[in-house]
Amino acid sequence: MSEIREIILNSDRLATDEYLVNMGPQHPSTHGVLRMLVRLEGEKVLNIEPHIGYIHSGIEKMCEAISYPQIIHLTDRMDYLSAHMNNEAVALCVEKALQVEVPDRVNYIRTIMDELSRLASHQLWWCVMGMDLGALTTFFYGLRDREKILDIFEETCGARLTVNYNLPGGVMFDIHPNFQKRVKDFVKYFRTKLPEYDQLLSGNVIFRERTSGIGYLSPADAIEYGVTGPSGRASGFSCDLRKHQPYSAYPLVKFNEILDHRCDTLARYEVRIKEMYESLSIIDQLIDNIPEGEYAVKMKGVIKLPEGEFFQRVETARGEFGVFVISDGKKNPYRVKFRSPGFSNLFALNKMAKGHKIADLVAIMSTLDLVIPDIDR
Amino acid sequence: MKSFIEYIGSIFKGIWTLLIGMKVTGKYFFTPWKNVTQQYPENRDQLVMFERFRGEVIMTHNENNEHLCTGCGICEINCPNGSIEIISKSILTPDGKKKRIIDQHIYHLGMCTFCNLCVKACPTGAIVMGQKFEHAVWDRSLLTKVLNQPGSKIEEGVKE
Repeated sequence: MSEIREIILNSDRLATDEYLVNMGPQHPSTHGVLRMLVRLEGEKVLNIEPHIGYIHSGIEKMCEAISYPQIIHLTDRMDYLSAHMNNEAVALCVEKALQVEVPDRVNYIRTIMDELSRLASHQLWWCVMGMDLGALTTFFYGLRDREKILDIFEETCGARLTVNYNLPGGVMFDIHPNFQKRVKDFVKYFRTKLPEYDQLLSGNVIFRERTSGIGYLSPADAIEYGVTGPSGRASGFSCDLRKHQPYSAYPLVKFNEILDHRCDTLARYEVRIKEMYESLSIIDQLIDNIPEGEYAVKMKGVIKLPEGEFFQRVETARGEFGVFVISDGKKNPYRVKFRSPGFSNLFALNKMAKGHKIADLVAIMSTLDLVIPDIDR
Repeated sequence: MKSFIEYIGSIFKGIWTLLIGMKVTGKYFFTPWKNVTQQYPENRDQLVMFERFRGEVIMTHNENNEHLCTGCGICEINCPNGSIEIISKSILTPDGKKKRIIDQHIYHLGMCTFCNLCVKACPTGAIVMGQKFEHAVWDRSLLTKVLNQPGSKIEEGVKE
């Protein structure tokens, strides 16, 4: 008996100074229902095991039963903060398969909408990032500015979050007569408000102490784990699809790909802040030059894709989003696979947070900008 | 000695960054007329939604209680999650022909995702999106609505 007792006491499963703690599924800093099994030694994180599936909704399977225009209303429920980009990916995939050329006007509208939703997404991320670290004030300042973008969406698309604005072959409505004026007003307004973000949070000594040097993700690891988007670019991994595989009106605009080689939490924060300035400049270049023309190509009533496999990827606010469609020539896809950025980004968390304190884990998690329906779908 | 000066310096630098942040919050604290919040339930009368806002599906009726719906069922086919059901009936027209017309256009508001595909697909423009957004009810069965009003009939001259 004593031998067994010896073995049990010496095995690291039951060592007395280690804890196995559930973080989530209802933890406020997990932004949804993400459960993480965190192995702690005192306050030090030894291992993180994310458990997903609490809001799995089976979107990929549901897509097999519905037609292509109907898929779009499901994709904006996946990553609801970059709904426009998700919808655009499906629309571009169908257009690619059918070899449909969309008018320039559609490309311009789509790109402006993409950048507006990227701004809205980054604003919300900024609010929540501050809130996770204990600065509740940021939440109100970010939402104040985000409201203006949502008003623009509501006026043109008819909805604020689940916009359902892109369709295969174009967009659902033409832009509202007030659209250009409202966007220009917003860009002007937000340029004056963005420095406030830096004054409130970026320069704050407590914030900088808590983020710099925390959560190191080397460029090699970023590529290995497939960490894309701002999180990947903060590790020096040049992965901006708007530059490398431009779609819609991105070939026509000039902008910089924001890269940072510090690879820590502060770098991921600053990349996103700088991306907001880039988005504003992209909108500036496009908003006055929206060409006249049709806002949608006339598509058939029942869209049938030719037999084969089709893939299209876009850059969402979180990284690379891919749509892979296998069609057998019917009006429903045979199989749809979504490559969501959040899923890959989440699993690099173990690599980043190992060895840090549990309070740092919260900071690292919020710079990954996780959206749980995007991970679970 | 040098590290001590650096330490003291970092404290003052830290306090300075906090003051910069408090300048922003203080500015809004002393200028409360710049607030952007709304007093929601009290401002219901002034609150106007945008014309494209998708609140619910409604069927427009004219003053003679006539609608444009032919009961073709295209909206039912286009709906991704089955929130629309069309029940049609056949009647005898005065010249002795059989004709299918709409009996009930059933709309399940609780299942609707407001994707606008039904409105976009409707060939006669019979259904549109309404701007009402306060849909809370005490009983789930109240969310199932019949869109065509009782006793209503199709407007003259609408092509099948």
